[in-house]
Amino acid sequence: MEAITGKALILACSAVGAGLAMIAGIGPGIGQGFAAGKGAEAVGKQPEAQGDIIKTMLLGAAVDETTGIYGLVVALILLFANPLVGML
Amino acid sequence: MNTEFGPKIIVEFSNGVFITETVINTWIIMAVLVVVSIILTRNMKLVPDGKQNVAEILVGVLTSLVGSSMGKDKLGFVPYMGTLMIFLVCANLWGLVGFRAPTADLNTTFALSILTFFMIHGNSIRRKGVGGWLKGTFFEPVAVMAPLNLISEVATPVSLAFRLFGNIVGGMIIMALVYNALGTILGGVLPIPIFELGIPAVLHAYFDVFAGVLQAFIFTMLTMVFVSMAMD
Repeated sequence: MEAITGKALILACSAVGAGLAMIAGIGPGIGQGFAAGKGAEAVGKQPEAQGDIIKTMLLGAAVDETTGIYGLVVALILLFANPLVGML
Repeated sequence: MNTEFGPKIIVEFSNGVFITETVINTWIIMAVLVVVSIILTRNMKLVPDGKQNVAEILVGVLTSLVGSSMGKDKLGFVPYMGTLMIFLVCANLWGLVGFRAPTADLNTTFALSILTFFMIHGNSIRRKGVGGWLKGTFFEPVAVMAPLNLISEVATPVSLAFRLFGNIVGGMIIMALVYNALGTILGGVLPIPIFELGIPAVLHAYFDVFAGVLQAFIFTMLTMVFVSMAMD
């Protein structure tokens, strides 16, 4: 068996790290589900305010998506623009 | 698979200055917007007809949006916020035409969010004076909170820029992966791209149209909320 080079090791660990970074997707999933549930509840209570509720809900949902997007950015950097390989 | 997702360099001068796809696409969008607004506002009449109606509806919608989320006393922000929203919608939908969206580049999103950052603090100083700005921004609940408030002020433009960039570039990469995967199904057997015809349309509707318009709205909305919060 040939020895593992340093670069191969870094690339393999980066791929694992990118996968781990996407665990961040759990948080926004729960948060957006909560926001959507509360939105449905609010529409049930006040159907006439549906437009405002949808606007507020989408704004909140897009804001709490931010943490998930940070995870995505970290994963993308590890996969496509890896800064660690250059440090060898 | 092409593993480069950064913008391509189109022109490179001898002194190391280069022009990327992003800059060229931004200039094309700017030219389109300028020409469309000149066409829409030519020969304006007191009783509007045809194209003037379109322009009036657009201006009316943006004015009422700014009025309802910033307050009636800040209608002076309508030109900036309206331009920002129209530009971001066009920029995010630019990927549908087959070009690279300018917002899939951190330089574009950071430039816009730094504009927001300076608008927040400039308008706060203009409205409240330097003393009021220092007190309202840094020493708000108690003076001990100043370091935390400083971090949260700096985090605002960073999170604005990364939110827009991450959404657009994530959609772009997922679409590239889908096209690659669909291309390999029939790979060497049939050279006709049958699977690329209908399936990606659904994903384009979500990643480009829905996410693009929503993120443009969010960026403008958050800019309006931050600026009006800093002024009140």
